[in-house]
Amino acid sequence: MKTFLYLCAALGVMGLAFWAYQENYQTQAALKQSAKVKREIGELRQSLAILNAEWAYLNRPERLAELAEINFDRLGLLPLEPEQFGAVEQVAFPPPPVLPITDPIEVRGQLDGEGQFP
Amino acid sequence: MTEMKETPRTPLRPIASVLSAREKGENPDVIERENLRKRHEGDRDRTRRCAEGRLLVLALFFFCAFAVIGTRMGTLAASEATEPRAAATGTAIIASRANIVDRNGRILATNLSTHSLYAQTRDMVEPNRAAEELALIFPDLDPETLKKDFTGDRKFLWVKKKLSPEQMQAVHDIGEPGLLFGPREMRLYPNGKLAAHVLGGASFGREGVHSAEVVGVAGVEKAFDAWLRDPVNNGAPLQLSLDLTVQAAAREVLQGGMHLLNAKGASSVMMDVETGEILSLVSLPDFDPNDRPRPLATGDAGDSPLFNRAVQGVYELGSVFKIFTAAQAIDLGLVNAHTMIEAHAPMRWGKFKIKEFKGKSYGTITVEDVIVKSSNVGTAKMALAIGAERQREFLGSMGFLEPTELEMVEAPTGKPLLPAKWSEISTITISYGHGLSSSPVHLAAGYASLLNGGTRVRPTLLRQDSPQTGERIVSEGASKAARTMLRQVVKRGTASFGEVPGYAVGGKTGTADKPKPKGGYYKDKVIATFASVFPAHDPKYVLIVTFDEPVETSGTQPRRTAGWTAVPVAAEMIRRTAPLLGLRPGPEPGEEPQVVKASHQQ
Repeated sequence: MKTFLYLCAALGVMGLAFWAYQENYQTQAALKQSAKVKREIGELRQSLAILNAEWAYLNRPERLAELAEINFDRLGLLPLEPEQFGAVEQVAFPPPPVLPITDPIEVRGQLDGEGQFP
Repeated sequence: MTEMKETPRTPLRPIASVLSAREKGENPDVIERENLRKRHEGDRDRTRRCAEGRLLVLALFFFCAFAVIGTRMGTLAASEATEPRAAATGTAIIASRANIVDRNGRILATNLSTHSLYAQTRDMVEPNRAAEELALIFPDLDPETLKKDFTGDRKFLWVKKKLSPEQMQAVHDIGEPGLLFGPREMRLYPNGKLAAHVLGGASFGREGVHSAEVVGVAGVEKAFDAWLRDPVNNGAPLQLSLDLTVQAAAREVLQGGMHLLNAKGASSVMMDVETGEILSLVSLPDFDPNDRPRPLATGDAGDSPLFNRAVQGVYELGSVFKIFTAAQAIDLGLVNAHTMIEAHAPMRWGKFKIKEFKGKSYGTITVEDVIVKSSNVGTAKMALAIGAERQREFLGSMGFLEPTELEMVEAPTGKPLLPAKWSEISTITISYGHGLSSSPVHLAAGYASLLNGGTRVRPTLLRQDSPQTGERIVSEGASKAARTMLRQVVKRGTASFGEVPGYAVGGKTGTADKPKPKGGYYKDKVIATFASVFPAHDPKYVLIVTFDEPVETSGTQPRRTAGWTAVPVAAEMIRRTAPLLGLRPGPEPGEEPQVVKASHQQ
């Protein structure tokens, strides 16, 4: 009985040690992973900042105005003018659709000799 | 217990000893005492051994504990400090300087990582060749000075503060181990000269090999330096009230106008009348904040492109002030818009003579016509009725007596110049804008406060979400009357070029002779100002356009009045910017909406 208890305790200690080490390794792996991801986020953030800066630089009003001028033949872009504001009343609506024929009545006639309606 | 089992307890009175002692006639108690003593000695020795053992274990324990603490302290002292990794959770702190964006989130200032170049002269293999190669890459470096630096006593020197990637590669290709790169954060203003005066600029503060701090040197960058550098904001940008598109359009129009009119300088301020947000602030000539020029060493600081004419420049702005006098007179109940005022020129006041433009005389006219025709005499009469004290108080309530509270480091330098003694003649001249110098931003704030219904508006460069609820300056009625009068100035007065169809512009012109530095006024140098509000019936924005020494030369005679110079430019600016602000052109109240013919016909 005593031996059995000792054996149990030893096995328990071994099991717990195994579990603790495993947890430790997993934690370290997770920490390493998170540090890597964080570094990656930092790098991506930096490249995002560079891309944003480039975007802002390429979209500076001065350059856009120049581009609009160079490509005037193709695009015909002009500054926004007050006349370009329109009212809803100014919009031409399509003509009302022709009403559907639901109850057709067959009508036959004949043109008389001269080709005129009677 | 075990010991006792092995060595059985010796009896205190062993029968053999007692019997032999009795035979000899000795006292058997002696034997008993002797045995008792032995037993006690044995007991004492045992306890001592036990205590010694315990002490040893305790000493061992203490030794181990102290040894652990000692080694731990030793390793802590010897190793580099690191953050506990498990504790560093959540979002990482962003240590770089915050961006500055406009009201729609477009970037006005951001950071770019570059490298700086420095030299460790001890590690240099071929200092002379390196110096020559560097001079080829950077034409602004002198090879002789570099050689002297590289071969001299200096161990360390900065060669270049900012490198482009191409230049960095070229320096790499020299292959000199003594030339090293340090990472740098560089402040970038992608829009170049746009809003240069507002942003100011940045430069490096304390520099190290691994990093350098970026500090603002002027404008918003300096005013918000601490905020921009604070890591607590976690990368949140500073949002200004400026609108990049409006700013670009305003600058383009103003620059075109400045060139056409041969003006020395120009400025424009556009402000929201309710919130006090400055949507565009242009001062020309301007500069590139990426490469901020040095302040002028000699001459007038006002001629430097660094000088912000809209904020720092204080000028006698002329007749644009007349509306303040008229509005105050109406507010005080002294007159109404149709009261007849006797305005025969010239008017004598003591030894002074108040004349009209080109020596005209308007006779007896209404208050509205005093403003429409810009009569100095008529305004002077109203100012005398108001009195010096009330005039001063009124101008003070709109902020004309102290520097503006704009969020720029330059704002306190734009201190208005006031007369030393606010005498009656000062009252007269100030009523039509002479004798009191203020900046265009002051004027914008004054017009906004007067015309938005009569509550004080303080100019701001930060985006606001709600209108300011300032203290009341004039009554709603007086504000409305002022707007109507300003509209009449454009409809039939001195600012007739200011008409923009659909936007009901109202405004007042001002042409002030420039004061000579030594006293007196120039005959042919003026400051031309147009202070406008649009739409006049429902004010949304105030626009101030100022030109320094403009000349309009299309006619036979050079024309310098604001009606010919500032007004057409301001009108073009409104025509360009109002649609960008989303303002629909519309008919004025009381005006018949025009019939628009539809193009679609059946």
